[in-house]
Amino acid sequence: MAKTLVQEFTKGLWAEIPPFRLVLGLCPTLAITNTVENAYGMGIAVTFVLTFSNIMISALRKIIPPKVRIVAFIVAIATFVCVVELVMQAYTYSLFMKLGIYIPLIVVNCIPMGRAEAFASRYGVVRSTLDGLGLGIGYTLALSTLAFFREIIATGAITLYEKPIAIMGASYEPFKFLVAAPGAFICLGLMLGVMNILGKK
Amino acid sequence: MREIINMIVVLTVISLASGGLLAALREGTQERIEIQTLEFVKGPAIREVLQGASNDPIASRFQIKDGDALHNLFVGVFDGQPTAIALETSSKGYKGDMGMMVALDVKKNKLIGVAVTTHAETAGLGAKAQSDPKFSGQFKGVSITSPVKVTQDGGSVNAISGATITSRAVCGGVSSALATYEKLKPQILEKMQAVK
Repeated sequence: MAKTLVQEFTKGLWAEIPPFRLVLGLCPTLAITNTVENAYGMGIAVTFVLTFSNIMISALRKIIPPKVRIVAFIVAIATFVCVVELVMQAYTYSLFMKLGIYIPLIVVNCIPMGRAEAFASRYGVVRSTLDGLGLGIGYTLALSTLAFFREIIATGAITLYEKPIAIMGASYEPFKFLVAAPGAFICLGLMLGVMNILGKK
Repeated sequence: MREIINMIVVLTVISLASGGLLAALREGTQERIEIQTLEFVKGPAIREVLQGASNDPIASRFQIKDGDALHNLFVGVFDGQPTAIALETSSKGYKGDMGMMVALDVKKNKLIGVAVTTHAETAGLGAKAQSDPKFSGQFKGVSITSPVKVTQDGGSVNAISGATITSRAVCGGVSSALATYEKLKPQILEKMQAVK
């Protein structure tokens, strides 16, 4: 049962990749994966929050009284979300405007809360850091992959730093449906199906 | 009892620590956030009203305190001279407050441009105050000494059809910006000279 430290990190990349395997944190997964830029911006924000809230919670896990642990977890998570929000506002304002409400909503995202309860409050700081980093990077990869397909099919190009990179060629007729909300559900469903087939042994 | 005290103490300490961290961070980023907000929210309007300025109006801004109100002013340099000034103002529109940017030439005493920054007006009618250059273009070249009014009130500004209240509000905003300018004129002119 005991995992090595490396496994603690790599499990987040495949075996427990948040939106596809744990099926957690779906709200931003559906809402902001319309462009790759948004997706990895969100992913980085979640990675930061997850890693630091894991560190803080696992460092304090012996002090926090069990009866009020959820309150303490929320305080820790909310603090780091505020940090992300302020830093984004100060340095990447255009991304902040696009992600909008989804940044403060990381507080109620299941991933940091779930990891705090299921992992960081039970294991040491080193393992919790690796767990947070691994799951965060896994989340970023998952969002970016989903956004990659949605953006290419819907617009025929990938836009990075306001520079579109055409991929499908000029004759491609954009399938706009995929950037809308229903397209997100269909894309996510297909991805989950593919992940299940790949994961079958 | 001991358990309760323990809970209270732990939660208080955690909250204090996170509150302190956030306060410090806010203090540290406040200035940058202000600049970023100006750049992205009001930036387009400022650039529009001070079109053709050779400087960056957002970088050459200053503040003047007038009683409780703090005015942000943006200077535009034309032909090497700081001759244009943009003031922020607001007035009551058809639905809530409208924010706008009013630019004027202090040498010629004429308006250079008016742009609406924030509003909640009806789409397709009042919202044209922001999007229709035919309406906002009318303010260009208007003398700042005569009152700015819509034609219905005996002025020279053609109201957007179907949105007289909005058009009046824009005129009202321009008038209040001009009133502010008249009131603070000596200070404004003095501070403008410092801009290169």
